[in-house]
Amino acid sequence: MAGRVEGKVAFVTGAGRGQGRSHAVRLAEEGADIIAVDICAPVESVTYGMATEADLSETASLVEALDHRVVTAVADVRDFDRVRSVMEEGRAELGGLDIVVANAGIASYAAGHEITEAAWDEMINIDLKGVWHTIKAAVPHLLEQGSGSIVICASAAGVIGPPGLAHYVAAKHGAIGLMRSFANELSPSMIRVNAVCPTQVDSPMIMNDEIYRMFRPDLESPGRDDIVDVSTNMNLIPVPWVEPRDVSNAVLFLASDEARYITGTALPVDAGIVTKVVLG
Amino acid sequence: MGRLENKVAFITGAARGQGRSHAVRLAQEGADIIAVDICQQIASVPYPMSTEADLTETVRLVEEEDRRIVARKADVRDADGLRTALDAGVAELGRLDIVVANAGISGFAAATDITSQAWDDVIAVNQTGVWNTCQVALGHLTAHGDGGSIIITSSAAGLHAFANLAHYASSKHGVVGLMRVLAVELGPQKIRVNSIHPTQVNTPMLMNDEIYPLFCPDVENPGPDDLAPVSQSMHTLPVPWVEPVDISNAIVFLASEEGRYITGVPLAVDAGADLIA
Repeated sequence: MAGRVEGKVAFVTGAGRGQGRSHAVRLAEEGADIIAVDICAPVESVTYGMATEADLSETASLVEALDHRVVTAVADVRDFDRVRSVMEEGRAELGGLDIVVANAGIASYAAGHEITEAAWDEMINIDLKGVWHTIKAAVPHLLEQGSGSIVICASAAGVIGPPGLAHYVAAKHGAIGLMRSFANELSPSMIRVNAVCPTQVDSPMIMNDEIYRMFRPDLESPGRDDIVDVSTNMNLIPVPWVEPRDVSNAVLFLASDEARYITGTALPVDAGIVTKVVLG
Repeated sequence: MGRLENKVAFITGAARGQGRSHAVRLAQEGADIIAVDICQQIASVPYPMSTEADLTETVRLVEEEDRRIVARKADVRDADGLRTALDAGVAELGRLDIVVANAGISGFAAATDITSQAWDDVIAVNQTGVWNTCQVALGHLTAHGDGGSIIITSSAAGLHAFANLAHYASSKHGVVGLMRVLAVELGPQKIRVNSIHPTQVNTPMLMNDEIYPLFCPDVENPGPDDLAPVSQSMHTLPVPWVEPVDISNAIVFLASEEGRYITGVPLAVDAGADLIA
């Protein structure tokens, strides 16, 4: 039986692990071949470990285990020429490009007035400019073929304004604006642009000491179990976080022809946190 | 295995149009169906409404998918009648997991010209009817403790301001508020509540001789070809309308495990109307 993105080619950034890996695998499960890229290197302002080349190879193995083709490349979304060239090479090897998942992103934390210049710049350059670079590289290809689906991995923080990460909030809000503007520009060519807005996701970006300490300043060495209650209380559905696969399911839906007339949408995958915070 | 295997879905306005499409699409993904429809005309509604023959055809189509269906003639404005119909369906099919509050009517007039009757009917069906649908379902949805999914059919007119739809837009905006409150109240029981906002959909509610002139007032005897450019001008994607299956596909996503953590969301299936409206 044909998968829901059968025969498509998807370009996924930040695919080394976490959500990006999950998107690559989920799309492959439903019939897509994958171009998987990741920086595979540390970023100055980030305290948690970033993906490695071994991680990216593991993502590739998981896709191949599903009997789908995968091309990997080490690429930093801040480097437009590099993004463009790996996309062209991947597209040439796999025979097309249909889906773009702009997922690569970092997180760092500080009171808004204490964010350093360097941390601000890194955040905007990766979480906003990097998204623009990814789409910028893809648009000529998608215009040529007259179809495509772009999914931006924004955040609930692109809709609401939690404290302690103003640069992240700004970048994610910006990414949603970017989504809307591109959706307008590309609609005449039947290229759809949407965003997913997850709450906390069970991935290395969230499950690390910096986050545990932020959520539980009352504990000396908090761990994952210590943040379950405080996380759950933020949501309408009684879960502490969503799984990467939950976000991937939303990405898959938006990427597929089931959503052929959906564009310009910011879709929360958030256990209700946006509704609870903004409207509750 | 389907994405809604062995779930039971309650769908109002299921005799034709979007409601029939939802019944068939959900059945294709393995759900059993409880289908209701008024199957008669409301006097103030300008276009022909559904019939019992329509509902019978929905039954036939669902059974062709090898799923069970319980169908009853019921008016969403009548909470007692609706409850009786739903209870009969749950008694036969065993449980309830999904509610698609889809039954709705439309009308078109300048705010100064909307009659009291037309206003009352639109609010009664589109807003109170949705409330009744949710309320009669709640006991069944919470009975098994597995959570559930309520999807309310709103409209692009439930998010934007389109002229000549004061009553319709009020009702469709109103159910967004209901959706949000229910999302807050039912979240702890793992019941997700979302609304769906279609643009024009290719159904009998839109494609009829009473509605075409409302979109094309300067054309004599307008038809679909006259409606198409007017309707398309409301979209960013170059399509005149969406098909019922496009709404159904979004409902399958929201109703399934894939949407298990999505709640409180107004999801537009509107060819980009959101971007320019």
